[in-house]
Amino acid sequence: MSKLIFEKNLKGSNSFTLPPADIPEVDITSSIPASFLRETAPALPDISEVEAVRHFVDLSHRAYGVDNGFYPLGSCTMKYSPKINEWAARLPGFTSIHPYQSVETVQGAMELLYNMQNMLAEITGMDAVTLQPAAGAHGEMTGVMIIKAYHQGRNDQGRTKMMVPDSAHGTNPATANVVGYDVVEVKSNRRGLVDLEDLKSKMSPEIAGLMLTNPNTLGLFEEEIQDIAAVVHDGGGLLYYDGANLNAVMGISRPGDMGFDVVHLNLHKTFSTPHGGGGPGSGPVGVKSYLADYLPVPMVDKKDDKYIFVYDRPLSIGKVKNFYGNFGVIVKAYAYILALGAEGIKDAAQQAVLNANYLRQHLKKDYHIPFDRLCKHEFVATAKRQVDENGVITLDIAKRLTDYGFHPPTVYFPLIVKEALMIEPTETETRERLDDFLQAMASIAEEARNHPEIVTNAPHNAVITRVDEVTAARKPVVKWEDDS
Amino acid sequence: MKYTPNSPAIVEDMLRSAGFNSLDELFSDVPEAIRLDRKLKLGPGRSEIELTRELKGLAAKNLNTEDYPCFLGAGAYDHYIPAAIDQLLLRSEFYTAYTPYQAEINQGILQSIFEYQSMICMLTGMDVANASMYDGGSALAEACVLACANSKGKKVLLPDTVHPEYQQILQTYAISGKMEIVIVPSTAGVCDLEKMISLIDEDTACVVIQQPNFFGHLEEVEKLADAVHRNKGFLVMAVDPISLAILKPPADVGADIVVGEGQALGNSLSFGGPYLGFFAATKKFLRRLPGRIVGQTTDTEGRRAFVLTLQAREQHIRREKANSNICSNQALNALAATMYLTLIGSTGLQAIAVRCHQLAVYAARELEKAGLKLKYKAPFFREFAVLLDDPARANRRLLENGIIGGYELEDAMLLAFTEKRTGAEIDQLVAVLGGEA
Repeated sequence: MSKLIFEKNLKGSNSFTLPPADIPEVDITSSIPASFLRETAPALPDISEVEAVRHFVDLSHRAYGVDNGFYPLGSCTMKYSPKINEWAARLPGFTSIHPYQSVETVQGAMELLYNMQNMLAEITGMDAVTLQPAAGAHGEMTGVMIIKAYHQGRNDQGRTKMMVPDSAHGTNPATANVVGYDVVEVKSNRRGLVDLEDLKSKMSPEIAGLMLTNPNTLGLFEEEIQDIAAVVHDGGGLLYYDGANLNAVMGISRPGDMGFDVVHLNLHKTFSTPHGGGGPGSGPVGVKSYLADYLPVPMVDKKDDKYIFVYDRPLSIGKVKNFYGNFGVIVKAYAYILALGAEGIKDAAQQAVLNANYLRQHLKKDYHIPFDRLCKHEFVATAKRQVDENGVITLDIAKRLTDYGFHPPTVYFPLIVKEALMIEPTETETRERLDDFLQAMASIAEEARNHPEIVTNAPHNAVITRVDEVTAARKPVVKWEDDS
Repeated sequence: MKYTPNSPAIVEDMLRSAGFNSLDELFSDVPEAIRLDRKLKLGPGRSEIELTRELKGLAAKNLNTEDYPCFLGAGAYDHYIPAAIDQLLLRSEFYTAYTPYQAEINQGILQSIFEYQSMICMLTGMDVANASMYDGGSALAEACVLACANSKGKKVLLPDTVHPEYQQILQTYAISGKMEIVIVPSTAGVCDLEKMISLIDEDTACVVIQQPNFFGHLEEVEKLADAVHRNKGFLVMAVDPISLAILKPPADVGADIVVGEGQALGNSLSFGGPYLGFFAATKKFLRRLPGRIVGQTTDTEGRRAFVLTLQAREQHIRREKANSNICSNQALNALAATMYLTLIGSTGLQAIAVRCHQLAVYAARELEKAGLKLKYKAPFFREFAVLLDDPARANRRLLENGIIGGYELEDAMLLAFTEKRTGAEIDQLVAVLGGEA
């Protein structure tokens, strides 16, 4: 068992020091009234640099990233993060600039932001882009706020509801609620696509718009997207594109051309910036020209060869975060887009779709595939056969995969498929790696038939066995307590 | 550059093996009318050498705080970052991992977040902290959303001494119709307590106070806490984590929810992001907090283990009933903060906080000696505003002298001090600004 950093405390071992002061070292009590001051210091760990470094290296040994191996987490686009991007974001000219420096002193950063806005507009088929939102869900919120501001700006006050498909990511309905909309769920049809008739029956003057992912969370392209757009637009609503799955269609089909009015992107999925164990991400939002005035302030613009911030935008929804966005993440995505260029972007989408279809085709020997036809960058398999035959469930298969050295797929999502295993290989995997995964999945299917306990008790090779999530939630321990 | 590893010959094989004749056939489900019939206008791909030239070129057009002493603060601070942090952050097991859904293979990330939560609780004195949020401003907005969702009222009262961008973000989030933001004018650079308290009523969900406030000054918090608690509302504090080494923990002055900008803890300025927002609260909010939370539990063999917990609060479970749509956190930035607090330690953090304060005190005295006046008289931590006729002109003159000056207010300049600054640099600053007196 690994000790917490607090349990490695060795009083007096931290030797961090400041340079000697070249100013008078006045007592703080002479300039800050005692009523503001704390009486005891916070009990942070007291540890030497070498032991601190070993602690975090030890933690890294018990983590699993894309650089460790295959990571087919559906909807998360766990592609390889090129190392040159990390190098770029660490240039002192990028890391060591303060957000309030005068624009004359940060023209390189401004140029990068300006170019990035334009490149993302081109890739999505939108007219204007903000880079401010910090993550996908934050971009969604920004986009839905823009939809709300648009309807309010037209004095169209009756639109109090947002439509969301039943296959949607949880963030879609949550976002609609957070922005103050009631949620209307649209059904999927038997082909796993938006049920056009259900959509028509729910479109009304109370509907502000529809939030849609295309390809959807089953990895299927919404073939009737133009009809869907017509229904929403004819009813006075706007169409929102959740960019979670853009990787499948970059350079091939653009949300703007499909009829979407607002788009958010996930730079940490589609544009290769690393996920960081949960963040930071970046969630730019693109809109059509008639929504551009509502984008957050400031926008980056170019005037007489000089890049400037534009704050004077009276219809803007305002600010959604401090400063201008997750600049360090944007630098990495910028380097990625430059590296790939037009052809590389399209190639990435093609290879992502090929890898997914290759896996789908070869996995169906052992696993149920509910929508077994051409998919995009991901597809959904299930543990139906294993459940029916031997009581081995999706979670067991996921845990057993880790014994074979793979990160499991996304499990139990989308909610409309029972025992779902949502598999997204991405374009940066070799055929050999995919074949290894198929082999592991075949072995697990075999184990499920002949020795199900091996699977139901997995993992066997991890640093711990399965965790007691129920007690974690019932009797929460969410910080370290000093028992000594 | 391409990062797709399969050769054209293998791609051909894979296509056939998957039952397709061409790459185009993989997109036969995309209607002709919405297919892009041209190349994207992105230009050709770049080699790695071209990329380095291009990006170095852009970076070189920025004046950076490694080369120029910087007196800007206003929510982002030029602190020293120990060398070990970036070396450790480059371990790609950390930075190329996803959110640790699969606890068994991501104990390292889960444990680091648990340690982060514990440290935030130590600094703030609160009972529970989440695994971090986007930044200080959006964390404050989430705090007010939480306060409103747990109160009968929907009024959010705050003095105009709260960071102006935080005020703007709150106003933006209020488009939901679930919050009503009331901004109260301050007097002499601090919250007008009497006016604030008179506005607290039963419709008040929370009072927001920033400590130290945007102008660097210390706010009297206890009376506000009492007044808002008497009306069954909550006190939300936005704090500077460095200041918590010497200032009273927010829990001791009556805070119910504490947020702040965590950038100062080991994260580079990076032109405004990525940063992290920390978010802590009293026990009663444990099951209502937004964002991810890591909890301690055991595995089936009784060993200590960590896991994402209390997920019934979150968007993927509650969907349209969730009060927050957040599904990520700033794990890597939080990891940097955890490393920072570990490497600096309690005495180091105190030394840094004291040095920042002493440098600010020294600068204030020297500026006054040079004939300038401070805008406000209240006690400050590491930031204050000095009155100037033309702050923009003063900043231009500072820049000519190799100094990145402060944040421009209408009639003053807000100056911030970190442990990286020296008395000698301040003397230079005063020499230039003294000419503006």
